[in-house]
Amino acid sequence: MEFFVFVCAALMILVGAVGVIARSHPVHAALSLVLTLFGVAVLFVAQDAHFLAAVQVIVYAGAIVVLFLFVIMLLGVDRVENLRTEPLTSQRPLAIIVSLGLIGVLVAAFVRGSDALHERGEGINIPDLTTGTDANTTQLAESIFSRYVVAFELTSVLLVIAVVGTVLLARRTKTVVAENPK
Amino acid sequence: MIALSLVPTASWYLILSAVLFGIGTFGVLVRRNPLVMFMCIELMLNAVNLSFVTLARQLNDINGQTIVFFVMVVAAAEVVVGLGIIVAIMRNRSSVTADDLAVLKG
Repeated sequence: MEFFVFVCAALMILVGAVGVIARSHPVHAALSLVLTLFGVAVLFVAQDAHFLAAVQVIVYAGAIVVLFLFVIMLLGVDRVENLRTEPLTSQRPLAIIVSLGLIGVLVAAFVRGSDALHERGEGINIPDLTTGTDANTTQLAESIFSRYVVAFELTSVLLVIAVVGTVLLARRTKTVVAENPK
Repeated sequence: MIALSLVPTASWYLILSAVLFGIGTFGVLVRRNPLVMFMCIELMLNAVNLSFVTLARQLNDINGQTIVFFVMVVAAAEVVVGLGIIVAIMRNRSSVTADDLAVLKG
């Protein structure tokens, strides 16, 4: 059963990823990205990371892709990139070589290190039947709010800085001054 | 059914994440629309997240999932800032390819 889930999710991921890089229309690429993100969420569930799967669907497939689509609509949806032409000569063969080499290096590293992964642990999601709570979420919360609480607070600072910076970036200073003369 | 009795090991997940990372790299190198390049960066981040979750289960360590949580937060902030920059640049230009952004002067 896990094999069946893995194959389906892997097909979703790979088809979506190829769609992102092969579709000339940016809206189609964004929708292919949704397919990939859902496939990754399925694999998160298959590996007992239930909280992260929920966050993946809500934050990535929900917020981030909607943000992408929003910007695509804002900039105009009729701009289709011509994928037939290749402005830089031999860019694509070099890119294929680089990415295949990267995959080869990573796979070689995984194969070499597979002995270290051979012993499978008990699994981190130990269901606590007495309380009925999700053990994965409990363990993740204990990790975030005890050992990594400083990093967690710093991410809130990062988000505030990102929001303020984006508001400053997207603001039209000249028109604002023109509309509010003092 | 021999196919249903197979259990995917951690290596399968890791190889899948490597392939996903490679596809994302290829997209960043080849595509010229900055928005699509951002999507390919998201593909690479998801490949890394997948390998983190796989290793977290395999090595029986919850901290792998913790760092995926932080990666997601930082990715959200990165997308917000990056799309803000793209909107700020594209407002004054008509084209949407990254080749036109070779000069930083506005």
